[in-house]
Amino acid sequence: MEERKDTAAVQKMRVDRAASSLCMAYLLIAFFAFGLAALAGVLQGLVRGGMVTLPGGINYYQLLTAHGVLMGLVFTTFFIIGFLISGVARTTGGALTPGSLRLGWIGWALMTVGTLIGVVTILRNDASVLYTFYAPMKASPYFYIGTALLVVGSWIAGIGIIASYRAWRKRNPGKTSPLFSFMAVATIVLWFIATIGVAVSVVFLLIPWSFGWVDRVNVLLTRTLFWYFGHPLVYFWLMPAYIAWYVNIPRIIGGKLFSDALARLAFLLLILFSIPVGFHHQLTEPGVSADWKFVHVILTFAVVIPTLMTAFSLFAVFETTGRAKGAKGLFGWFAVLPWKDVRFFAPMIGMLAFIPAGAGGIINASNQLNQVVHNTIWVTGHFHLTAATSVTLTFFGVSYWLIPALTGRTLTAGINRLGILQTVLWTIGMLIMSGSMHYLGLMGAPRRTAYTTYGDSAAALGWMPYHQLMAIGGVLLFLAAALMVGIVIYLAFFAPKGMTEYPIGEEAAGALATPRILERWPVWIGISVFLILIAYGMPIMDQVTHVPPGSPPIRTW
Amino acid sequence: MHLHKYEKIWLLFGGGVLVLFILILSVNSFAMGMMPPSHMEMIDPTKVDQTPPFDNPGLRQVGDNEYELVMTAFIFGYAPNEIEIPAGAKVTFKVTSKDVVHGFAIPGTNVNMMITPGYISTLTHTFSDPGEYLILCNEYCGIGHQVMATRIVVKGKEGEKS
Amino acid sequence: MSRNVPQFKEKTGSNASLKGTLASVLLVGAFIVVSWFGIFFLFLSRS
Repeated sequence: MEERKDTAAVQKMRVDRAASSLCMAYLLIAFFAFGLAALAGVLQGLVRGGMVTLPGGINYYQLLTAHGVLMGLVFTTFFIIGFLISGVARTTGGALTPGSLRLGWIGWALMTVGTLIGVVTILRNDASVLYTFYAPMKASPYFYIGTALLVVGSWIAGIGIIASYRAWRKRNPGKTSPLFSFMAVATIVLWFIATIGVAVSVVFLLIPWSFGWVDRVNVLLTRTLFWYFGHPLVYFWLMPAYIAWYVNIPRIIGGKLFSDALARLAFLLLILFSIPVGFHHQLTEPGVSADWKFVHVILTFAVVIPTLMTAFSLFAVFETTGRAKGAKGLFGWFAVLPWKDVRFFAPMIGMLAFIPAGAGGIINASNQLNQVVHNTIWVTGHFHLTAATSVTLTFFGVSYWLIPALTGRTLTAGINRLGILQTVLWTIGMLIMSGSMHYLGLMGAPRRTAYTTYGDSAAALGWMPYHQLMAIGGVLLFLAAALMVGIVIYLAFFAPKGMTEYPIGEEAAGALATPRILERWPVWIGISVFLILIAYGMPIMDQVTHVPPGSPPIRTW
Repeated sequence: MHLHKYEKIWLLFGGGVLVLFILILSVNSFAMGMMPPSHMEMIDPTKVDQTPPFDNPGLRQVGDNEYELVMTAFIFGYAPNEIEIPAGAKVTFKVTSKDVVHGFAIPGTNVNMMITPGYISTLTHTFSDPGEYLILCNEYCGIGHQVMATRIVVKGKEGEKS
Repeated sequence: MSRNVPQFKEKTGSNASLKGTLASVLLVGAFIVVSWFGIFFLFLSRS
């Protein structure tokens, strides 16, 4: 193939080779982790369904730890950083600053080393503590060290993203930043504020205790610090999916952005209200008062608002675009969306899945209603809708154009068709699996539990048919996962060469200017810190001063 | 910033629904006493077996068809196991862990709480219907997590309620 | 910043052309309301 001579304008619409290589490095690790995690997942489903016994030497909870860590910490973080870097490069002129590139690679290296160390401890059955690693179950200190390296690496990459954004702003004084870059920075800001909690817990509490340098650990404090992090973690996953929905999808469907300002406001509100809410993951725990739990519940409901805004915005883009194409009637625009384009279809299923996903989330956070669902497999059903469908199908949908755009290849019609099939298979598998999980959870079946009938108890025996359905759904998902890994490998290394657009939506003509206050980061970070101090200040002081004796480390597997 | 009229309607409606949920939850929680279990009583997690009342777990009657059930949770079971109470009994569970974080849940009921070492978890439930109820651990606690369970048998004639 | 700027209604669409959007989000809202009350009544029935 001859070298294309890019005009300066075309160059700006692409991502240069240096940034592309960096992004691909992140994406390839992401999908490698995804493949391993999918294998663990299907085995779990088959075991719980009573269809398979694990070969000697592998314990169910080891698999479950691998699945959770690889899916929820590795696949996600690597994909997200790669995606964000690509979009920042794309929207700030086609390249990252040299400093950003360096930081991106250093971050990647640290993240990969941390992941490897953590995975080794899991494989050696020294860290069967699940991805929440609750004390006083004690994993190998190297598990915590691996986790810390993964987080620190992501910080370094995040600083790189911010650096390129700031360089753009210096080159373009007084201008509103590109929407993708703004949203990427918002995601990184959220991540920095959120990870402080888990970093403090891991570095100052768990690592010393797991090495034996201190005898006891304050269990409740480690849990509170984890969930201070654990809730915004899910928004760290969600916000990049929202970026794809707000910025890439309008371009893909031939439309325009609905409102640049409201989109930015939504992201700022997500930062403000996704962090001071962690007690909604601790609603049935002792040691946290009912009053503080309710404060967090109220703040959690506030975080629903930016998603309500997002729902309106997305439907508005679809309707406006559809009507411009001539669609009529109340819902005619729905039918003329490009359903046969996998770059739209996969993320769209993700968006639709977010309806039951979000509704379930509101229920989960509803204070005493949590007692109906806490630690049941309903919760697992919930996050397989949010993370494993809305976010994951969106990431898949992005990959169909992102990987070819970065590698100088094309999305062929054949892969497009295969992608539609992959999406349909994933959706059916998830409907069966997550649907069963929601129902079974209401019946009281626990999550995070290996095959059991509790001594042939009537309740547990009644659950078995649904466990079998879950296994069937899991098998379909695994087939879809394997197909996706194959698609990714093909797109990255074997697809025909050519130019693939990196779709970035534009504002409609005549759109109002975005208020400057939306880009004054110190204001919003300040409000965020203020809310965190209100929601967590007194409870954490209480958990540090009014404490029972701590717990010694215990290995229970 | 321009908010389309329909978006204003939507956000007012959505916000209103959320406020309604909060109001319902707060009345039900604080006025009707149905808040989630949130007790602050503490204990030394390494001395549970020596600390009353956990040095003698079991069922004690404290009123007319009212009981206190003191239990310990540990890898991988509960003490006591196999408990019997009459139909209509109002039972206050007081549970603590001798080791790691456990769960305590009765499927089909609202009995669902975490047992955190260092704390005493308390919850009250009235067993109106006779039958056999499973108490299981729903917080991963180790290799034997899936066998960690016990039973409460609520005695009484079928269909007879207190 | 945008207090006295004329609204470009014809670009962002008159009310009629976002009717489908309003209908769609209200359907989402209805789903949230129904599912929430479903669990609320389940909770009450179990207490």
